[in-house]
Amino acid sequence: MDMLISILAAAVRSGTPVLYSVAGEMLTERSGVMNLGLEGIMLLGAFAGFSVTQSTGDPAIGLAASFLSGALVTVIHAFLCVTIGANQVVSGLAMSLFGGGMSAMLGRNHIGETIKGLMPFKFPVLGSIPLIGPVFFRHDVLVYASYVLVAAMCFFIFRTRPGMNLRAIVENPRAADAMGLSVRRARYFYTLLGGGLSGLAGGYLSVVYAQMWVEGMTAGRGWIAVALVIFGIWHPLRGMLGCYLFGGIDALQMRIQAAGTSVPAPLLMMLPYLTTLCVLTFISIRKRSGALPGAPASLGVPFRREERD
Amino acid sequence: MRVWRLEPRARTPAILGPLVAALSLAAALVIGGVLMAIMDVNPFAAYYEILRGSLGSWYGFSETVVKAIPITLSALACVLPFRAAVWNIGVEGQLVMGALASVAFVRYCPESGSVAMIAGMSLASAAAGGIWSAIPGFLRGKWGVNEIISTLMLNYVALCLMDFLLYGAWKDPMSMGFPMTAPFPPSARLWAFGGTRLHGGLILALVLPVAAWFVLRRSKWGFEIKVIGENVRAARYAGIDVTKNIVMAMFVSGVIAGLCGMSEIAGLHGRLSRGFSVGYGFTGVIVAWMSGLNVLALPFTAFLMGMLLVGGETLQVVMSLPLSSVQVIQGLMLFCVLGGEVFRDYRLRGPRAAGSKEAE
Amino acid sequence: MSESSAPLVTMSGIDKIFFDKYANRGVDFELERGETHALLGENGAGKTTLMNVLAGIYNPDAGRIYIEGQEARFASPKDAIASGIGMVHQHFMLIPAFTVWENMILGMDSVPFVIDKRNVTAKITELSERYSLPVDPGAKVSTLSIGERQRVELLKMLYREAKVLILDEPTSVLTPRETLDFFSTLRRMTAAGHGIVLISHKIEEVLSIADRMTVLRRGERAATVKSGETRKETLVRMMMGHNPENLRRKRARFGQTVLSCENLSARGDRGAISLRGVSFDLKEGEILGVAGVAGNAQDELCETLAGLRSPDSGKIILRGENVAGMGPREFIERGVSYIPVDRTRTGLVPNMNMRENIALKKYWRKPAARGKFMLDWNFLDDLTRSLAEAYSIQTIPAESPVRALSGGNLQKLMLARELSDKPSVILAMHPVWGLDVGAAGFVRERMMEERGRGAGILFVSDDLDDLFEMSDRIMTIFEGRIMGIADNPSDFSRERIGLLMAGMAV
Repeated sequence: MDMLISILAAAVRSGTPVLYSVAGEMLTERSGVMNLGLEGIMLLGAFAGFSVTQSTGDPAIGLAASFLSGALVTVIHAFLCVTIGANQVVSGLAMSLFGGGMSAMLGRNHIGETIKGLMPFKFPVLGSIPLIGPVFFRHDVLVYASYVLVAAMCFFIFRTRPGMNLRAIVENPRAADAMGLSVRRARYFYTLLGGGLSGLAGGYLSVVYAQMWVEGMTAGRGWIAVALVIFGIWHPLRGMLGCYLFGGIDALQMRIQAAGTSVPAPLLMMLPYLTTLCVLTFISIRKRSGALPGAPASLGVPFRREERD
Repeated sequence: MRVWRLEPRARTPAILGPLVAALSLAAALVIGGVLMAIMDVNPFAAYYEILRGSLGSWYGFSETVVKAIPITLSALACVLPFRAAVWNIGVEGQLVMGALASVAFVRYCPESGSVAMIAGMSLASAAAGGIWSAIPGFLRGKWGVNEIISTLMLNYVALCLMDFLLYGAWKDPMSMGFPMTAPFPPSARLWAFGGTRLHGGLILALVLPVAAWFVLRRSKWGFEIKVIGENVRAARYAGIDVTKNIVMAMFVSGVIAGLCGMSEIAGLHGRLSRGFSVGYGFTGVIVAWMSGLNVLALPFTAFLMGMLLVGGETLQVVMSLPLSSVQVIQGLMLFCVLGGEVFRDYRLRGPRAAGSKEAE
Repeated sequence: MSESSAPLVTMSGIDKIFFDKYANRGVDFELERGETHALLGENGAGKTTLMNVLAGIYNPDAGRIYIEGQEARFASPKDAIASGIGMVHQHFMLIPAFTVWENMILGMDSVPFVIDKRNVTAKITELSERYSLPVDPGAKVSTLSIGERQRVELLKMLYREAKVLILDEPTSVLTPRETLDFFSTLRRMTAAGHGIVLISHKIEEVLSIADRMTVLRRGERAATVKSGETRKETLVRMMMGHNPENLRRKRARFGQTVLSCENLSARGDRGAISLRGVSFDLKEGEILGVAGVAGNAQDELCETLAGLRSPDSGKIILRGENVAGMGPREFIERGVSYIPVDRTRTGLVPNMNMRENIALKKYWRKPAARGKFMLDWNFLDDLTRSLAEAYSIQTIPAESPVRALSGGNLQKLMLARELSDKPSVILAMHPVWGLDVGAAGFVRERMMEERGRGAGILFVSDDLDDLFEMSDRIMTIFEGRIMGIADNPSDFSRERIGLLMAGMAV
């Protein structure tokens, strides 16, 4: 039982950075822009968070820096995809390269340095509930904030006016535009917001999770986030579930390694990637058969008002 | 009424493509230079070192060609599926699988003569790369599984598999703990040219793009691939089997990537070691895109990219800049090429005075 | 000039240029309160472009717009909506996945951050009663019929308190009976002080409702006239610039049955059965018109007959062979040619050049193919050149993508490819849709030639004029069922076909 609780708690902890990225990407994709550059943005955010925390000694300022750096670097992607109407896949790959390269270049003299980051604390009352408490409410502030974020996103997307506008823009940009919504402005806003959240996800890795700087420390989490958005069929709650599933496998894999089994470590490390692939396939088959909704209608398609078909 | 807007061009002048590409590259170098200056690196000195390192000596030049070989091949592997609007981001993994297959062949058929050895390695690596790539191709064609994600995930799986073998069964006992296989026997080496590190892979890198050009331009299959990429509804309307062709394109792409892996270890390194591929898969995507998916342009673009990589190594030594700075410049190049592309199909238009242009 | 005496809308000297060609040139247009002002013109005359300028969707290259005497500059549709302009586009601007009430408030800043659904639905109900436009506010738009969607579009504009309503070809989705109801709704609106711009190319309809008419020809204003002061013939001449030519029609010589369907059923894109047990025969040398309001499974019918959609049950018999369940390639090789309505999305590849577009249906077989693997581009080059000449397609450089061609030229290119194989069955969906007069006439004549050659032609259209002019027999389709087949068009009155199109048995 204790073993199970500790793995579940670790699942939440290790799923949380991916969750921020997934939440951000869901907003971005729901506006019609695909950002495959999450890996690079996360790395840049991770370094920004590390470096600002190191110099100011305040993890909160560090995390703010993560968010800002993520949003800032995403301006490039937003400009290319929204204003220019360039190929979003290629632009995303370029973001990955650029972000990864920049973070490695800036962090070249800090590899392996540690910082004092955010510490976990037991959430009053809720933290004492058996099972639920240790799994969900004995973490750090960012984990708690992620619960609020997911709930707020659900409310925002499905219950509010701007949320409804967002859904309309991706379903039929031409109609939304004709009704006076600014497709361009919305896409910029949500792409930058998504970039910021991905930066924050990176910050979580360096400032909270590892509390140090390691080159390439995201280890593919940015790409997994992109896959989890599909797994979550663009719904925040399902995305959250996917993140914890990924976190659980990641935690399990590390637990088994630490326990010193005879299974070689590289095979265990394959697990999260293989699981992601299998889950993605499963989801796609169900989508094909009409059991699940498909991707947002205009995802990846640039919008130009005066273009005639 | 806004002042400026993008307007589709009725006709694209032929000169515009190369011109835009050249200007985009120049813009990337300028932006990269500004970034360097911000980081207290003299950009002029850095670019000079890149040029000197890659073209300044016969050795540097041959090293640039050595780098251009895998880049050309992986870019070629990217172009084929791109033509069908399928994103193979998994060339890196397919390359690793090709390399693993050739090591397996060398390990388990060590007695083969040179010709049989090379033929066997080629077949094994082509099959391994092809199958590794056909899997996501099949998933995409059959069920619409996003191939960007699946090929990426398979990259990680292939790398883990390589680690598993290099740290385990295939480790060279003489390597003092380094993750690498035993050196290949001479029969398993692709010929080297003169005293350089140039090897038989060069032939692949020169022949395959021409062959691919011929197939894409002249064959029924090349046409089918192009139609699928441009308009999948029209492809179905013309009775083209979309699923089958996507799997085929991915398979052929993986075959090329697998051969590339083989040529790297059998031609260049003579053994498999961790990190034998320095992200050639990604570089391939960039080169493919920068060449405008034109296969004949690949070797030239790859040569430029090879200069950057070789020069980057010089930068590392001379100016102690990390290799990641090359990644930054690659990213910038891609941004600029993307941004520039729009001016091929669109033009920027200012406000027009009434009657300034006669109709028809 | 006092505010109240100024017209509701004044547009003066509007220019709009696409691909270096004028879509509108120096157009003046005026709309008064309580007026229905029709905008007449052939396809491609620039009616929709002009109104897109007024709705803020296009930025004009020159000219001024005044709303109630005040100059207005619309940077985006938002500005136009704020000035009280609402446009119902020919392709509805609705979000199918949304409910009616959600569509209703889309883009309105006055709606509070957290939406109060009850408030919205109450206002919708009030409006729909006032103008007798019944809708269910809670229904999902994707489940509504085209007629209902049109009501939602109208209500959406009224909800926004639009003073000016622009309606683009509103009757094209309505049966003749529904059109009458629709016009009485419009009269209620003008009586309430709204100004209505009615875009149309159907003169008779327009004469029955409009107060004034502005005729556009090739992007320029030909005339503005009052309704009672003009005869139909004059308007036709103004629209076309010359007297209309009648289609030369030879006596039909029917041959054997080339295609017959028995109890054919198929599913739509959403997986539900939409084509329900269709049976008919098509003879050599016959044009069988298919009448019906858009969206009554015409697409499914044609796609099934082209092998693009596999039937759920039933037979498709081509010259005695049951081909149901075969793929598109088998249909093509048996002489079935499909001319889809969406030229640039299905029938052609806009980013490819002419030669490649010609190759699309020919590349795999002789003489375009050389051996098992190779293509003979020299042959295709020659073929393309001779076809371009025979069909008088505008010449563009050999390597240029065809996307720059006009709709008429694209249609000719597609016809050239399809008809050069001498098909025995032609499935033509709205073949003259959106074409200018010249191109439409050309297409009609080519279809007649094919009929004379002995091809069996299935001619799908929602335009009764076209159907009566072209068809030897007319069959009416409603909700995927054949409502009746008229063996001789003169036997069936327009009214009767109209009723069948609305699903009423006669």
